[in-house]
Amino acid sequence: MEKKRYTLAIMVDNESGVLSRVSSLFSRKGYNIESIAAGTLETPNVTRITIEVLADDDNQINLLCNQVRKLFPVHSVKLLNSSQSIRRELVLIKVKTENSEERNEIIQISNIFRASIVDVATNSLTIAIIGEEEKTEAIINLLQKHGILEMGRTGILALERGAFTLDEDTKVRGEFDYGKNVR
Amino acid sequence: MKMTGAKIVMECLLEQQVDTVFGYPGGTILNLYDELYNYSDKIRHIRTAHEQGASHAADGYARSTGKVGVCFATSGPGATNLVTGIATAYMDSSPVVFITCNVGKGLIGKDAFQEVDITGITMPITKTNYIVKRAEDLADVIREAFAIARSGRPGPVLIDILKNATAEEAEYVPMKRSYHHLEGRLGALISRASHNMKAPEPELADIEKLVDMIEYSEKPLLICGGGVVRSQAHMEFEEFANRIDSPVAVTVMGGGGFHGRNALTTGMIGMHGSQASNMAVDNCDLLIAFGCRFSDRVALDPTSFAKQAKIVQVDIDRSEINKNVVTDHHIIGDARRVLDMLNERITPKSHREWKEYVFSFPTQTDYVLASETLNPRQITDSIDRLCPRDVIVATDVGQHQMWTIQHLHYSYPGQLLTSGGFGAMGFGLGAAIGAKVSHPDKIVLHMTGDGSFRMNLNELHTVATYNLPIITILFDNHTLGMVRQWQTLIYDQHYMATDIGAEVDYIKLAEAYGLSGRRVTNQADFEEALKEAMACGRGYIIDCVLDIDEKVKPMVNNGAPITKFLILD
Repeated sequence: MEKKRYTLAIMVDNESGVLSRVSSLFSRKGYNIESIAAGTLETPNVTRITIEVLADDDNQINLLCNQVRKLFPVHSVKLLNSSQSIRRELVLIKVKTENSEERNEIIQISNIFRASIVDVATNSLTIAIIGEEEKTEAIINLLQKHGILEMGRTGILALERGAFTLDEDTKVRGEFDYGKNVR
Repeated sequence: MKMTGAKIVMECLLEQQVDTVFGYPGGTILNLYDELYNYSDKIRHIRTAHEQGASHAADGYARSTGKVGVCFATSGPGATNLVTGIATAYMDSSPVVFITCNVGKGLIGKDAFQEVDITGITMPITKTNYIVKRAEDLADVIREAFAIARSGRPGPVLIDILKNATAEEAEYVPMKRSYHHLEGRLGALISRASHNMKAPEPELADIEKLVDMIEYSEKPLLICGGGVVRSQAHMEFEEFANRIDSPVAVTVMGGGGFHGRNALTTGMIGMHGSQASNMAVDNCDLLIAFGCRFSDRVALDPTSFAKQAKIVQVDIDRSEINKNVVTDHHIIGDARRVLDMLNERITPKSHREWKEYVFSFPTQTDYVLASETLNPRQITDSIDRLCPRDVIVATDVGQHQMWTIQHLHYSYPGQLLTSGGFGAMGFGLGAAIGAKVSHPDKIVLHMTGDGSFRMNLNELHTVATYNLPIITILFDNHTLGMVRQWQTLIYDQHYMATDIGAEVDYIKLAEAYGLSGRRVTNQADFEEALKEAMACGRGYIIDCVLDIDEKVKPMVNNGAPITKFLILD
């Protein structure tokens, strides 16, 4: 069966070990984390963890969300609707440049992709690009023939479109009620 | 007032009305034991032979009293020896607070003597765990830990305290338990809707829908799971079952949640479930499970499980809904509260025809009499006849466990102590110690097999030291009977590593510990020994000789449809 990719936004206490508490739950329940990103927020002592994971179906992912909700440092878990959320990732790519011709070509590619050149050396260029996988994968493919020396990516970050926020009670409630009359 | 971390721990235990601690001392936890010395008139310490025994004893104490059990251990091997006990408590939702001490702040991460990352190790098997580095954090953490252990779906919590935090002084402000939720960590936690420490209130619409479903059901079946026991909802459950006149199948963990002598009980359900239970599952039109996660030992084949029925799951833990079996309706809430709400709304029903069908199948299995040995029914029947009705029964894991659960009648939560989820051999004697310490006036039976007994028989030492008159009933068949049964039926009789021989003289073993014992091969001798054991006032081993090929019946194979019996009788 084709697995579906789901994006979870998890708000947690910013305390030591919280990332391993959350991430180990995923592997314990048999899921592989495709992408993970964590960072502190405007509220003190709260960290937002964005996790992307493959699951069979909505029931599976809801079970997983409820497992995560049980962890005590977790404030809230939101399953982000992919069509109604913005997903972005930052990728840094260091590319080999043999000569000025090649350098120009790479600069052109990055212009097309609205990527920015963040470092130039005599025989390398470092490019920063922000986008969804389609965009980042496309530029990575194009740059590959020039020789990628090194690469780093932040993992996907996601926010819902519009004024909805994670802590909105009614939405969380809606998710708790999944599975009634599923047959 | 200012006091050492160790003293703060003691004061916090008293805040929680802890009167008994099971544990084992060691280097890093010495400060705690030194302070325990000053508190020994208020807190009783039971030192076991091994930390695993202490962990099971604290668990048995918790299960039999409904209070939070407490267990101490030192760092390193002391802490890792708890792991099996913690996992056992976790799988069976038993509230236990484990307190370990680790090496001091300056040594953490240096691979110091007896250092281990026990919070890392126990992360998957605790509700939560803590590492406390400063004495001033202790009271806050302990208060939160106890609240978490006992709230919602109960479970174990571990607190690892660095040795320096037990020696340093900090300000301690006494606080009654009823105020704990107002301040500090616990206060902050509770202020969040997601972890308010209250059981979720069942939704009225959900209750009314179930009432409707019951109204239209002609062939209902109830499953009594461990949640009924943890919620002490046995009275409410019985009233409900009587009212809707529905047969009741009981899971391993549900033993004690429904009166075993009520005529509505179909006995155990699942892999070794009775024919009546399993046939009822297959033929019912409405299945209502209370506090049951439909584990692979109950819903062996989740897709064919109760295939003709609407399945309703009542659980306090949201994450259990639809986990193993896909349900048609569910209610989130504490079993007792849900049952109360249902009982207020249910009109009495009668299901004579359906009951006649279900009870046309046996609820128990008979065993053939052999001349040289006892059979399991003779043992359980005699216990049933001779022991007081409130006898507490702790089991180990294996054939004897199934026989004990199938054939004895349990009537209240905490009467049956068994490792149902984790299946930890060696659980029984520890649990029996915990139960006997908390219930000195009740008879406590430790049902075990010769395989399980050898896992933790060192705890006979604890039985002797503290003069705990626990009666060990040893189902002695010189083999790891349950594994052998699988080898017989499924693995072409390749008896690899299961026959454990007869070289141990258990009576001499009892004597070595200053206890008594008797070897029996027939029912009359067993009864005589049991009477003697109940009268003697000290630990007693009854070594019951069973046939090596005695089997637990019926049996359904792993993953098979629940009525596809591999063996019947």
